[in-house]
Amino acid sequence: MFFLASLFSLKGHHPLPVFPPIPSYMYTLPRVSVPHRNLVIKVEKDLEMEKHGRKPEPNIFASVWRFLRRCLFLVLALGPMPNHIAFIMDGNRRYAKRRNVKEGTGHGVGFTTLTSICQYCYEMGVKYVTVYAFSIDNFKRKPEEVQSLMDLMKEKIDELLEEDSIVQKYGFRINFWGSLDLLSEPVRLAAEKVMTHTADNTGPVLSICVAYTSTNEIMRAIKKSCARKSFRTQGYVNCDGESVCEDNNGYVTVADLEENLDTADCPDPDIVIRTSGEARLSNFLLWQTSLSHLQNPNPLWPEFSLRNLVWAILEYQKIYPYLEARRRLAKKEN
Amino acid sequence: MDLACENTWVWIPLPQKFQSPMILKLILGFCWYLLHLMVNLRHMGSSVNDLLFCYIISMGLLLKHQNLQLDKLNSLAVVVDSEEAKNTTKIKQLLCWLSSIGIKYVILYDMQGVLKQTIGTDLESLTNTSMTTCSVVDAKMATSLFHFDKMAIEIISLSDGKEGVAKAASFLYSEHMKDDSEICYRSEPDFTESDVANALKATGSAGAEPDLLLVYGPARCHLGFPAWRLRYTEIVHMGRLRSMKFAAIVKTMHDFSKKHQNYGK
Repeated sequence: MFFLASLFSLKGHHPLPVFPPIPSYMYTLPRVSVPHRNLVIKVEKDLEMEKHGRKPEPNIFASVWRFLRRCLFLVLALGPMPNHIAFIMDGNRRYAKRRNVKEGTGHGVGFTTLTSICQYCYEMGVKYVTVYAFSIDNFKRKPEEVQSLMDLMKEKIDELLEEDSIVQKYGFRINFWGSLDLLSEPVRLAAEKVMTHTADNTGPVLSICVAYTSTNEIMRAIKKSCARKSFRTQGYVNCDGESVCEDNNGYVTVADLEENLDTADCPDPDIVIRTSGEARLSNFLLWQTSLSHLQNPNPLWPEFSLRNLVWAILEYQKIYPYLEARRRLAKKEN
Repeated sequence: MDLACENTWVWIPLPQKFQSPMILKLILGFCWYLLHLMVNLRHMGSSVNDLLFCYIISMGLLLKHQNLQLDKLNSLAVVVDSEEAKNTTKIKQLLCWLSSIGIKYVILYDMQGVLKQTIGTDLESLTNTSMTTCSVVDAKMATSLFHFDKMAIEIISLSDGKEGVAKAASFLYSEHMKDDSEICYRSEPDFTESDVANALKATGSAGAEPDLLLVYGPARCHLGFPAWRLRYTEIVHMGRLRSMKFAAIVKTMHDFSKKHQNYGK
């Protein structure tokens, strides 16, 4: 509908169709191909060879794959594209169990999938990606599993700060949302370092929810709102005991809470994808997903591929007019 | 690191208003339509499959769907798109079906409060007559909770969601912080999630957490259902209200009874 309307439009009614503009953060992009998780190892070897001054092997397949991918994304971009996609990365342990390997392997492959999906989202022009990496409820798991997850997290967070990492190359801004004080100190310090290091980046935004639940986030937002309200009220009394403080009515508003949520500087997700076919949100972004399209494809997270992502975008484009109408109505009523 | 090698290339920025040849636009547009045709075909196939399944269930050919195990289902929520919620006949039919299955507690939700005005009024008038065994359970929730034919029905809207949490926050602020001069020197109060849950109860914004949530509308979207009550709820999209089927509800209940949750473990 979008394309035909513009194609047959008359002058003065609809603008002529244009290629979707490349987002500005992609203009200075040096690229490393990550076409599929099985080829990640190949790419890493090439980078390793470069480090030692040897020329990497030419990869025609990767170049063709990149070109085809670019064409596919150009086609997709003719319809409305989501600005923010959130993922609940479910199914790593089941993946390992089905393949009779250690649980840690499932999480490792899951991380590779995460880098692939971030790459694809970034190429499509999706500015915000949020992932549910570790819930507060996950602390109830076996201590050895929790420890191995923390170790994996620390290892991957440290890699993000390396000069040749995806973060440095593409100018990602990284957020860690959650009660970071619940994490072990090495992990927490590493996360804070990455956030500080990338705070000024203007590229795509990757938000990683760690030690996070939505109810915990809302509770922390209430605490911050109350503290700010109290501070403002007391401030007025200290400065001038007779002045009337505009905040001393004691009401916390929805706007107060929203500006104190972890997600305050990110738009609400357009799509929330939970892999492995599970139908619940498990305490993830419950406040922010009022008008998000909830999807639960069957593949486990390590099996989630470009094909599944493209399908998710197509489903979103199908339902976009309805969601957009509801958003406009909600804005009008506010 | 020098990345100018066969495996990498640098993006060449395209001008913002690049005008592509018409033929290229046609090809891209054709491809876009092809992709969406695939999606539509898949949806059609899925609908036909569901229709067949519903027919088989309604003929009683599937024994496992005849005896539903509802012990895990303490409360059920139904989210309806506000436009579709105006069809009160369908809503009442849905409530009858749920009652016949044996659901004990139903939470009806729509964004704009249409159900409160339509169904809520009807149920309220029923509670005022002696024709049924209806009674109002909780004085604080008198306007939204009804008993109908051994089934409790709670009707909520968007104002019970985020605004309910804001009311609870204001309650906590007034109870714990307003007149406490020592708060000046503390950075943040010591609320816990239990305190917030109690505050929601005190302000009339609390309620049962539904185990299962059925969405009737064009999209699988919870439309602002109260966040605090949605933590581990299974969310199932049932399609449009006008094409709802009893057999589809039975199938959903059966699938739910087979679900197993780890709750993060």
